[in-house]
Amino acid sequence: MASSRDDFVIAIRSAFLSKSYKQKFSLLTLLFLSLIVLVLGTFNFKAVQYLKMGINEVAYRSSFIASIPENYIQKLNIQFKEHMKVYKNYKKKELLFDELKKKQLSNEFLISENNRLRELINESIQSKDIYAKVLIDRNSPYLKSIILNKGSKDNVKLGMAVLDDSYLVGKIIEVNYTNSRVLLLSDLNSKIPVLLEPQSLHAVLSGSGKNYGVIEYTKEEHNNKLDIEDKIVVYTSGYGGLFKPGLPVGEITENKKIINFFSDFQQMDYVKIVSFELQGED
Amino acid sequence: MSSLNKKTFFNSILSYFPVLILFISVLNEVDLNFLEIEYFSFNFVYILIFYWTLKNPNLLGYGSIFIAGLMNDVVIGMPIGISSFCYLLICTATAYLRNITITPNFINDWISLLITILLVNSIQVVTLDIIFSFEVNYMKYFINSGFTFIFYPFILILFNILEIKIKFQTND
Repeated sequence: MASSRDDFVIAIRSAFLSKSYKQKFSLLTLLFLSLIVLVLGTFNFKAVQYLKMGINEVAYRSSFIASIPENYIQKLNIQFKEHMKVYKNYKKKELLFDELKKKQLSNEFLISENNRLRELINESIQSKDIYAKVLIDRNSPYLKSIILNKGSKDNVKLGMAVLDDSYLVGKIIEVNYTNSRVLLLSDLNSKIPVLLEPQSLHAVLSGSGKNYGVIEYTKEEHNNKLDIEDKIVVYTSGYGGLFKPGLPVGEITENKKIINFFSDFQQMDYVKIVSFELQGED
Repeated sequence: MSSLNKKTFFNSILSYFPVLILFISVLNEVDLNFLEIEYFSFNFVYILIFYWTLKNPNLLGYGSIFIAGLMNDVVIGMPIGISSFCYLLICTATAYLRNITITPNFINDWISLLITILLVNSIQVVTLDIIFSFEVNYMKYFINSGFTFIFYPFILILFNILEIKIKFQTND
């Protein structure tokens, strides 16, 4: 019994401390080093922050290059799938186009009316756009984020909204000198205040870790309002002042708790980083 | 003792192959996510580290594994140091297995891999959830561990072929 315990101790000690002629560090040293980095990183220790920024600059660029073959296969896969359903999509789009043409006319009137009303109350929305290329599109099962090629040198700041065309896709959560990270709306940790139209219902849109979002924090009594047959369009509400109000996010069609995003997060090549300021009389 | 064959560029590159694949995998995060199969994902890096540190640790240094872990954290966006720690835990398990194994056996290695990745993923998930307050999907981690375990024999065949080639080149 004692000898088997001794054998175990010897094997463990040897695993931690012994190193072959080609290994420069023992396992124990590196394990401690990684724990130290982890702990110091938790307390935002400056040296670790600089190390992280240094690795960021190298890793993001290298990752962009290393991902080229996989991205190519991924794009081929998407193209193939799209090609297979092109005719069905065409018929659907034709109907949609007719509908949109009708709506466009009334929209133009509403926009000009809205502008006139804003002028009356002396309120204007100042927004600044920065166009950025998607460097890395990580469809990780744990974290839904993308890396952009614009950073603090291009005046990108934490919390700025990121749009794909005119649809909201996420917000900036990390800014480096030449690049930045966007937390997508589909990530589990993403939560934004939204407005459900036409019911004008305020809610919180939460990421699900999948390709759709879920509605959270609505009272049970409001759920009945979502039962109508028409589709519900989800816009940013602008609460908290983080996002410009009225940015389209997605729509609720069948399941009243699930939001299908307008933008396909896996097919973004270029995005728009937007900051906005609400200027009024006060 | 001079070599009969000249040491070509290809020969020397081959011995760096495991390190090269490790860094490419970490930067590229090879998990076939683009197939968009619900819940499907596997951790290629775990298999790579487990195989090479078990079979031939001289070809995959602990230092490289540590740096690859730091890069992985940066690419995925996790707290820096956590992947390095997990990767090195796998190395600890393989070093222990090497010390206690007299005759290597595939089934033993395979079951050891399962126990190791379950342990390592548990540590990672608990650390992320409790210490760093990350919202993590436990089921996805569990399924990821399952697929990593299932894929091991297939990747093992490829790595065995590669190891034979490296051995052959270095023994020339």
